Amino acid sequence: MRGTDYVVKRVLFAIGTVLVAITLNFVLFRSLSGDAVSALRCRGCSQEFKEYQRRTLGLDKSKWEQYQIYLGDLAQGDMGRSLRTEEPVTSILWEPLKTTVPMVALGTLFAIVFGVATGVVAAWRRGTGADKAALWGGLGFYSMPPQWLGLVIVLFIAGWLGLPTAGVKDPTLGILDDPGAIEVLVDRLEHMILPALTLGLVIFGEYTLIVRSAMLETLGEDYILTSRAKGLKNWSTVWKHGFRNALLPVITLVALSLGFIIGGAITVEYVFSYPGIGLLIVEAIDQRDYPVLQAAFLLLTLSVIVFNLLADLLYFRLDPRVTE
Amino acid sequence: MSPVQTGAPPVDEAPSPTRSLKWRAIAAPVLRNKSAMVAVFVLGVFVFLALAGPLLIDGDPKAKVGEVFEPPSREFPLGTDGGGASMTALLVSGARVSLLIGFCAAAISALIGGTVGILAGFFGGKTDTALMRTTDYFLVIPDVPLMIVIAALFGRSTWNIIVIIGIIYWTFTARLIRAQTKSVRERVYVQRARALGAGNSRLIVRHVLPQVTPLLVANTVLLIAYAIFAETFITFLGLGDPSTISWGRLIENAFTDDAIINEAWWAVIPPGICVMFVVLACTIIGQTMEDALNPRLRTGHLSVRRFRVLPSPRRQEP
Repeated sequence: MRGTDYVVKRVLFAIGTVLVAITLNFVLFRSLSGDAVSALRCRGCSQEFKEYQRRTLGLDKSKWEQYQIYLGDLAQGDMGRSLRTEEPVTSILWEPLKTTVPMVALGTLFAIVFGVATGVVAAWRRGTGADKAALWGGLGFYSMPPQWLGLVIVLFIAGWLGLPTAGVKDPTLGILDDPGAIEVLVDRLEHMILPALTLGLVIFGEYTLIVRSAMLETLGEDYILTSRAKGLKNWSTVWKHGFRNALLPVITLVALSLGFIIGGAITVEYVFSYPGIGLLIVEAIDQRDYPVLQAAFLLLTLSVIVFNLLADLLYFRLDPRVTE
Repeated sequence: MSPVQTGAPPVDEAPSPTRSLKWRAIAAPVLRNKSAMVAVFVLGVFVFLALAGPLLIDGDPKAKVGEVFEPPSREFPLGTDGGGASMTALLVSGARVSLLIGFCAAAISALIGGTVGILAGFFGGKTDTALMRTTDYFLVIPDVPLMIVIAALFGRSTWNIIVIIGIIYWTFTARLIRAQTKSVRERVYVQRARALGAGNSRLIVRHVLPQVTPLLVANTVLLIAYAIFAETFITFLGLGDPSTISWGRLIENAFTDDAIINEAWWAVIPPGICVMFVVLACTIIGQTMEDALNPRLRTGHLSVRRFRVLPSPRRQEP
């Protein structure tokens, strides 16, 4: 298959997945026994209010009409309004999204750094204590539920490190005087570190194992033997010839594990009361605020699809053999 | 680096005369591996606890038998939780529900994934394209958020959770089984049986199924780990069955009952350790079997998500 064909195919596949996700999102939320409004948990809401909501949501129309309206609204970036606050969902999502992205990015960075470092050392020192420690440590963290690891970290490590365990910023900051930009940044980082660390720890195990096996596989290739035979130093063989090739799977891996990372982020944010998309989802579930839940789910799904596409294209750029 | 290819059927091996399901091919790699044997033992202990649970604890495990968050003592080896119930009793009865969810959800996933994989691999052509395209779409949609949404919309009973987890984790199985089926279909003895006039259903049941079952079993063991893990997620978000005790529920209880503020580590640590041990055990057992059965079955670069516990064999380009 030629390169352009591959790119076109991946892009078409991503578009197909987006359509499937959008449709799934519609079908799931309309297949309830009652409808979204009757499920709403809102004690103060009167019958008239619910009727009004039903009409605004177009729930009195046929399913097919509803689907067309849904697609039309979505095309205009309209994902409906929260059933509780009447605010447009898109504006509700915006703030939490800005809070979540840096935390998840930091967590993924932790995972990549830990995972690659331990994976390379394990493969390089194969069969030694270091290898065993990396392997079992990786497997151990991989098997821990993220929410549980978060609780354990709060219980044992947070106090010892003196880091905050809840929220996104210090509420007292800026009451007495205007804090400087650096002060605010440090405060945000302090609040971000523990959730990100939790996320990084539960993900890195998988990376360790895959980097390790990719390294072992690469180190068994003929060109490694050749470079050794040419008299290259061990370190330079491992680093220049082994590591760079073994890093390729990490790209796909990060993109593929993004679904899991996001899932983990939901519970981790809940544990640390970190007001991101995850906490928003937890609240929306709690109040049965379906438009918010629906939009958050669509947002997460779309971001995973986009990152998968980017990973595919990046992988192709780095290793064109992938089309074979 | 020696390739580990124990039990991998050579390409043109004839099926054994007894047509047994090759249980030895599944068991041998596990029996030969020390870590895998330890894992079998650990899993065995938990299965025993789950089965014997009602005999070991008398009465309702949720009953208040002591003070709230009582530290471990002779009477309560693991202390009490936020409701004054004995942690040991809760853990034992939690094993029952968590393992039930793990095994049943994995079975559903294996059934769906196995069926899709065999049909796609055996019939090929348009069936293959349609089924695999669908699988690929679901492979990319993030599983945890999807699970949460379905659980939020439909269910709070244990059986609902089992079905939800089961219908989400079949995609990897389908890809794996399809690849294996495709290779079995081309083997000479299958071709010979076809030439002798065997119908599709006979070919699938008598020839393909026995060859793919070991791999399906290995995959199911891995799925158990995923399913138990997923249960803790769903339950933690308050979407679990309110009337039952599972390990996920105990983690949730520790969080919502403020075990942290009370510094009741005994209410936080044990359920997570249990989940960790079972997930670890299933991962090691499943991965050991899969590595041995399937030394170089690659399903494209997407397959890197699977890692190897055993030393990986040299890559052999087809």
